[in-house]
Amino acid sequence: MHVAKAYWRRQLRRTGLLLVAWAVAGLGCSVLFVEQLNRISFGDMPFGFWMAQQGSIYVFILLIFLYALLSGRADREAILEPDGEDDAAPTPEG
Amino acid sequence: MDIQSWTWVTVGLTFSLYLYIGYRSRVRSTRGFYVAGQGVPAIANGAATAADWMSAASFISMAGLISFMGYDGAVYLMGWTGGYVLLALLLAPFLRKFGQYTVPDFVGVRYYSNAARVVAAIAAIFVSFTYVAGQMAGVGVAFGRFLEIPFELGVGIGMVVVAFFAVLGGMKGITYTQVAQYCVLIFAYMAPAIAIALLLTGNPVPQLAMEEILPKLNAIQQDLGLSSYSNPFTGLSKLNVFAITLCLMAGTAGLPHVIVRFYTVKNVQAARWSAFWALLFIGILYTTAPALAMFAKYHILQQFAELGPAIAEESWMQNWAATGLVSIPEGGIQTAEQLLEAINRDIIVLATPEIARLPAIVVALVAAGGLAAALSTASGLLLVISSALAHDIYGSVIRPEASEKQRLFIGRLMIFLAVIVAGVFGVYPLGFVAEVVAFAFGLAAASFFPVIVLGIFWKRANREGAIAGMSVGLVFTFVMIALMRAQNVIPGMEEPVIEQFLGIGAQGVGVVGMLLNFAVTTVVSLCTPDSPVSVRDMVERVRYPKE
Repeated sequence: MHVAKAYWRRQLRRTGLLLVAWAVAGLGCSVLFVEQLNRISFGDMPFGFWMAQQGSIYVFILLIFLYALLSGRADREAILEPDGEDDAAPTPEG
Repeated sequence: MDIQSWTWVTVGLTFSLYLYIGYRSRVRSTRGFYVAGQGVPAIANGAATAADWMSAASFISMAGLISFMGYDGAVYLMGWTGGYVLLALLLAPFLRKFGQYTVPDFVGVRYYSNAARVVAAIAAIFVSFTYVAGQMAGVGVAFGRFLEIPFELGVGIGMVVVAFFAVLGGMKGITYTQVAQYCVLIFAYMAPAIAIALLLTGNPVPQLAMEEILPKLNAIQQDLGLSSYSNPFTGLSKLNVFAITLCLMAGTAGLPHVIVRFYTVKNVQAARWSAFWALLFIGILYTTAPALAMFAKYHILQQFAELGPAIAEESWMQNWAATGLVSIPEGGIQTAEQLLEAINRDIIVLATPEIARLPAIVVALVAAGGLAAALSTASGLLLVISSALAHDIYGSVIRPEASEKQRLFIGRLMIFLAVIVAGVFGVYPLGFVAEVVAFAFGLAAASFFPVIVLGIFWKRANREGAIAGMSVGLVFTFVMIALMRAQNVIPGMEEPVIEQFLGIGAQGVGVVGMLLNFAVTTVVSLCTPDSPVSVRDMVERVRYPKE
């Protein structure tokens, strides 16, 4: 159980961090603080406007990429460990 | 060759391809029929998800809407892409690990209740039907405008093609046809966008060419007395932009025809990667759409600045006026407001190649792309309707003892019937069809999304909580949207019963329903007995990707 518990805790932390980035890019920069950010120019476009219509989408794609990559790594590590599911002995990972 | 002959060529070729793929992917088992045998590679599932997701609305209407909304159009861009982050992080991998056939399957097993399964199945059917009717109507419009055949015949041809590959191949046929449809639709969208970007700025990448056009567009809008294009909150309040974006995101993550695509891949890893591929493929169109929106608006306003009222004599204005989608007012077009008033938003994508005087083959390609978008989404939705009826209601509740052969037969029969019903809705649209799209997202956000997320991330969530939460979320959202849109459905009614709820309009009110669902599920779960051990063990297994 320890491997599974530790795996899940890390998975939750990773998901939480990525969701914070999702909210900051999608709702923060693009909606809540768009007026302030529009005072900054990004190329020839107001930055807030660019985030709302372009930047946030790039961020979303990147976030799913990171999630798939990092979770895949975590899966492989967890599978290398002895199977905790019906193993009562504590494992070093826990 | 003229536009019409080219359209026959592109539509004929692409339709033959779909039929061929459908014939090659025939299936003989329910596992093949509902989840394509769970052997779809991640990248192919990504492309199929993208085609499934991008409907006639994304392909034909979205750029036009953004073009007229300016900054505020970002609600669609972010709402319909940001939802994939929620889907990839909170739902897709876990539902794949769970590994049944449908969304109601998960709800029924996780909340150990056939009542919950039936509620979920009915919500899935309702959400999918509201959507599919619009797709069929879109097929009819595309045929009517470009091939000049009667609307009903256009819908009929679309029905025959969808029925052929969906009945024979089920999910497998649909998946591989959708891969082909994605290729057709993205090519058809990008070719004119690149051509126009080159024409306007000399830069072939629309996403970069935008930067050059925006200052010019802002200037011309101000010259003509309109507000600056990039100014936020010109049409919607900040609160509404926030609520609509969030509602579309959660709704996207909760739409059954999208979720079910992740059941078709080999394992949890593949589910995560196919979410990435899906959003990448969708992102190509979604980052191009705002550029196309700017190009179109700039073109139209520039023509008006040059020609003044004589813009009404332009051939594209005349062609579209003939279809009724451009209506020139009695006194002619005197101001920029009148010009924008005269043009239906839906024609922007279809008309831009004509406005920019691109060759006929490009215009024909756009017609084939619009059809690909409509057909791919329609087939995905029809499969959800069929599986909810045949698998969840017939196979799990009415006749759990049915044999594999009977189940497959009922599945095929249901999809065939669903095609016919969808076609009839397409030809005889109920007055409120256009209004119910707000329903689809609002209801998905207020019902499926909270219940599935809590089901995975909170073991304590139980049957009583989920049923109470789903019911409260659904009823609240349904009643709110009905009150806010009553004037469009009830004859003789001039004004909605209420305009908004706490400042949030019909499109965003699903967010409130979603929060209510989360709150009610939590409170009721805590006040009632915990779920059985077997269910808690199941949740444990779903979280851990090891086979």
